[in-house]
Amino acid sequence: MDARITLQVDGVERSLTVDTRTTLLDALRDRLGVMSPKKGCDHGQCGACTVLLDGRRATTCLAFAVAYDGATITTAAGLANGHALHPVQEAFLHQDGFQCGYCTPGQICSAVGMLDEVKAGHPSHVTRDLTAAVELTDDEIRERMSGNLCRCGAYVNIVAAIREAAS
Amino acid sequence: MNPFAYERAADAAGAVARVAGHPGAAFLGAGTNLVDHMKLGIAHPELLVDVTRLPFDRVEERQGGGVRIGAAVRNSDLAAHPLIRSRYPLLAQALLAGASGQLRNLATTGGNLLQRTRCVYFQDVTTPCNKRAPGTGCSAIDGYTRDHAILGASEHCVAVHPSDMAVAMAALDAVLVVLGKAGERRIPLVDFHRLPGDAPDRDTVLEHGELITAVELPDLPFATRSAYRKVRDRASYAFALVSVAAALDLRDGTVRDVRLALGGVAHKPWRAVRAEAALRGAPATPESFRRAADAELADAKPLRDNAFKVPMARNTIVAVLRDLAMEKGR
Repeated sequence: MDARITLQVDGVERSLTVDTRTTLLDALRDRLGVMSPKKGCDHGQCGACTVLLDGRRATTCLAFAVAYDGATITTAAGLANGHALHPVQEAFLHQDGFQCGYCTPGQICSAVGMLDEVKAGHPSHVTRDLTAAVELTDDEIRERMSGNLCRCGAYVNIVAAIREAAS
Repeated sequence: MNPFAYERAADAAGAVARVAGHPGAAFLGAGTNLVDHMKLGIAHPELLVDVTRLPFDRVEERQGGGVRIGAAVRNSDLAAHPLIRSRYPLLAQALLAGASGQLRNLATTGGNLLQRTRCVYFQDVTTPCNKRAPGTGCSAIDGYTRDHAILGASEHCVAVHPSDMAVAMAALDAVLVVLGKAGERRIPLVDFHRLPGDAPDRDTVLEHGELITAVELPDLPFATRSAYRKVRDRASYAFALVSVAAALDLRDGTVRDVRLALGGVAHKPWRAVRAEAALRGAPATPESFRRAADAELADAKPLRDNAFKVPMARNTIVAVLRDLAMEKGR
């Protein structure tokens, strides 16, 4: 069954008709040609499809596009301001935070969303005092980024990139 | 995936009427479990009624104490809420131990309670499973049972409930507010999930068309001394082998009151009533904690691959209670 939806994708309003079975990820990639979010596992386990959905990091493979009519989506490709890269993108380049690059757009969106969560004072599983200010240690970065898998194993440099972007 | 119609609910009563009146209908929350089940061929709804925009997105203090959590509150927002962090640390910790940051930003309170087991046989439609296809048999019992139940299982199903949040809520005596065609009813969380018995296809006592609208937490001042500990195969982003939610009320070295629940061991969040009874009035010592854990686990029936869960549960209970007993009074 079809539904008409409108999405704001990387600053551009996009209207399309989708089969209700279409995931947000497939709508972005296959229907709108927005190839920045990647399909890894397609079951919410790898984080490659992570975008900023109405400003918060979210997987897009377990969401039906029809349920997000009117949503604002920022992909990793939409984070740059013209030719000026986002500080998290710059840091990934500077620290070699990737090898093949397939998981990188998801890693970068996740990192941007995660840094906002830290700024808002949200605790994590490794935060000892739930009511104190969060200190972004490497343990905190690793825990908060555990939803993004990297088969190349670039984790050490991903942590370094996020540490650099946060400082 | 089968074709389905999608509707965005305008109000709760209308959503309930719509789903209750259609045997093939289901409520749609964030979908982090349901959409996966539709992809895997486990669920085949013909109509999805999206309830994420209903006005159940608030966490509020209740008159007379306690907190009311709207069913649409996202897991990340609940974990970060000042009322939960300060008064019910075990619940914040349980939420933060579950899933990943980008999933917690989507997953709702009601949906978390209704997520289904991650038993690999349940999730594989090519294998028999009494939960997915009643009467076909249980592939797990004679299969690989490392992740399965040690308490309360039946010959028909040995699956475990996957939620962390629900374990903390079981310890807190949470009450679910449920809206049905006949109106509202309240269900204690410990009675909400079922043991498998001979009907493992029914995870909960919810009737078709009933909608969880809120979770109420009673006031529990001593929950400031509480914790959730999860033991798993990786440090993060994995389901529990065993988990423990506990709150401890101490006076002069004696356990005045206690709340204890286990995850990863049963078809439902397992409220450890026997251990609690053994602890009340006992000295807050490792010996008491061990005796209480043993009392709870006396009926444990491990399967071929999960005998390790018995000592793991015992050791985790003792460690959590010991650490809580050593915390400075709050």
